[in-house]
Amino acid sequence: MLQIDLWKRIVIVLTCLAGLWLALPNAFYAPVEKHNDAVAAIDVQGSTPELEAQRALWPEWMPSGLVNLGLDLRGGAHLLAEVQLADVYASRMEAQWPEVRDALRSLTPVRRQEAPAGELRVRLNDPSKMAEALQITRDLARPVTTVTGAGGSDIDVSGANGTITITLSDAEKQATDERTMQQSLEIVRRRIDEVGTREPTIQRQGADRILIQVPGIGSAAELKAIIGTTAQLTFNPVVNRGSNENDNPGIGNAILPAADEEGVFYTIETAPVVTGEQLVDAQPSFDQNGAPAVSFRFDTSGARKFGDYTAENIGSPFAIVLDNEVISAPTIQSHIPGGSGIITGRFSVEESTNLAVLLRAGALPAGLSFVEERTIGPELGQDSIDAGKIATMVAFTAVLFFMWASYGLFGFFANIALIINVGLIFGLLSLIGATLTLPGIAGIVLTVGMAVDANVLIFERIREEQRNAKGAARAISLGYERALSAILDANITTFIVAVILFALGSGPVRGFAVTLGLGIVTSVFTAYFVTRLLVVIWFERRRPKTIEV
Amino acid sequence: MRLKLVPDNTNFDFFGYAKITFGASVVAMILSLIAWGVMGLNFGIDFRGGTTLRTESSEAIDVGAYRDALAPLELGDVTISEVFDPGFGEDRHVAMIRVQAQEGQEAATTDTIETIEAALQSVSPDIKFTSVESVGPKVSGELIQTAFLAVGGALAAILIYIWLRFEWQFSVGAVVALFHDVVLTIGLFSLLQIRFDLPVVAAILTIIGYSINDTVVIFDRLRENLRKYKKRPLREVMNLSVNETLSRTLMTSGTTLLALIALLILGGDVIRAFVFAITWGVIVGTYSSVYVAKNVVLYLGVKRDWSKPDAGAGTQFANIDA
Repeated sequence: MLQIDLWKRIVIVLTCLAGLWLALPNAFYAPVEKHNDAVAAIDVQGSTPELEAQRALWPEWMPSGLVNLGLDLRGGAHLLAEVQLADVYASRMEAQWPEVRDALRSLTPVRRQEAPAGELRVRLNDPSKMAEALQITRDLARPVTTVTGAGGSDIDVSGANGTITITLSDAEKQATDERTMQQSLEIVRRRIDEVGTREPTIQRQGADRILIQVPGIGSAAELKAIIGTTAQLTFNPVVNRGSNENDNPGIGNAILPAADEEGVFYTIETAPVVTGEQLVDAQPSFDQNGAPAVSFRFDTSGARKFGDYTAENIGSPFAIVLDNEVISAPTIQSHIPGGSGIITGRFSVEESTNLAVLLRAGALPAGLSFVEERTIGPELGQDSIDAGKIATMVAFTAVLFFMWASYGLFGFFANIALIINVGLIFGLLSLIGATLTLPGIAGIVLTVGMAVDANVLIFERIREEQRNAKGAARAISLGYERALSAILDANITTFIVAVILFALGSGPVRGFAVTLGLGIVTSVFTAYFVTRLLVVIWFERRRPKTIEV
Repeated sequence: MRLKLVPDNTNFDFFGYAKITFGASVVAMILSLIAWGVMGLNFGIDFRGGTTLRTESSEAIDVGAYRDALAPLELGDVTISEVFDPGFGEDRHVAMIRVQAQEGQEAATTDTIETIEAALQSVSPDIKFTSVESVGPKVSGELIQTAFLAVGGALAAILIYIWLRFEWQFSVGAVVALFHDVVLTIGLFSLLQIRFDLPVVAAILTIIGYSINDTVVIFDRLRENLRKYKKRPLREVMNLSVNETLSRTLMTSGTTLLALIALLILGGDVIRAFVFAITWGVIVGTYSSVYVAKNVVLYLGVKRDWSKPDAGAGTQFANIDA
């Protein structure tokens, strides 16, 4: 009647021990963290005596998984960026124009018309050749490769009143969006890795958003300086230098402002000589005058193009353009054959370092706009941890005392289960690498309060069964049996809520959902199975005729 | 000597004042809705966009001077409030400054934040900005939607679960009780104008989880007793069930409240609104489990005669004691 199979006992005890074992590193947070960092560093840059010493802070054979602290506890920056996907449509159409012009040239001269971004309008000099012109333009289309494999061409072409309108087809837009997002994620990741911070989170959210969380960084503004710049670098021939931005630049040219001189504008040829994509390296350095600069090196094809261009154009200026601003426009002094050079401008050391990072990591395919940003200072995080610790301790002690005062020995059993429960929560959190947030701490405190519910249900039930004049063993057994349905129903409904919170929440709220959900699972386990095991072991030893619950 | 919140074998008549308690709940709900309608919720930036800065300085905060410093920046609606917490030392003064979303910007630009910080630094040179958060109107709109969806989804999921495990009357009773708790919480937040943010929605969902917990335990006992006492009138069986579970209800609410009050006092000001909402919800939820959920079931009546199978009752899972 009141018995538990040996294998079940072993499973229960082993589960508890495993959970507590996994939770153990969290009790020694600082040394374990240093150990983990050292292990990672040795993996990347090889071993040094200093790192070895740090690694020795925590024995290798012990578990080293830690509960990650959320931004609200550790401090750091959180950004939600929206990728301007339409930027890419516009640049695609920009690239389409010369192709269309050249293809139609033999048929009839064409002129480009004003059009909304992402649309290309071409006017035919001879409208009667519309049918052939449409045919030629449509032949320029390439098949779209999509995940579904559905065929289709990459552009939609239509014609009316002597004007041909070209846009990207929906299938192509979808494919482009997907590519843009992948590239953006990759570039953002590379840029943040270049700066080298611990455990950044870089996640795609929805169709066009990227969530970036970097613990330990001083402010969101710092983070924006790294990832907010598109960093599209080109080297363009300079046509003219002037002071009027509204001049007519002429076909194939553009007027761009100078980055360092107010009111100065350069007219440049839009077709670049070389682009940033052909860079293989960029490092912060200093020019001959000791001013901060960025030195760079091109790949083979870039070096050839750059060499040829400089050889042919000695004495004329060329522009180094970054995100539609001319950083500098030096005059070519001599042929530059080696494919390396230096960008000077009015940089601070910090700016030149950032620019080098950006150039190394590559350009973002589209601009980012920031729709949400949060900076939490490390002091505030530490305050929250301290407050959370004290509150948890007090809550814990109060509940333990309350249970003991109410149920005596049985309350003591429940208390042991409660302590194991909190250990298990931390063990599981470490195991799955979950993030503990401030609401998450509240979730643990709440779990402490609610975890005893199952035991209260059981103990109250045992009391009742005793009143109905049954033997001690039978009362205990019935108490556990009959309370189970209420325990399960109550916890399943709460678990449903935790799942919904997890699915719809973000950041701290999600952290709360995780601790609440795990807390429900572990508390049912400890409150039901662990206390039952304790009670049964006690009962087997003492064989009391009556029990006092 | 054992601590006992409730003597053994209580026999309170919980439904003697059914009309009064139920009426009181209805009145409280109406008042809450009025408070919500008239005063509105004091939405934080999560739900209406904008920027908040948390400042810390060693000298006392002069809200007027802060306001004057920010006035020339023409930021639109600016709220400045001082934050108090027993955990703060003598020379620690914390303020929260909220600035509305700026036209044409999603999250506030670095420039905007820097000008605000510079302006405040001119008033109080040693000021520190311990957190700066900015949410664009686009995101905040979506967050409101998600919040409604979450609360609605939780209610629907519980409605279905209870319906499968019990009977539809129980399910309706439980959801009405949950709705009651949610409305009263929103009402209190409107009345006291406490900042209503994303964590508070999480708190409301937790309240739903807690309150349903309580309700289900009593339902479970009611189901058991209905089978046991087939002939006794529903009202009596319900009263018996509530009495039998009363001790447990108060014990659990007691331990939970104990833990929450510790957190409320010692947990710091950052999560105080969140903890406050849950604490309030535990109190209201305990009340509503007895007085709202059961009253609804009492009014709706329950099928008592189980000799005839009822295909439409939806209780086919009721006997699974998994």
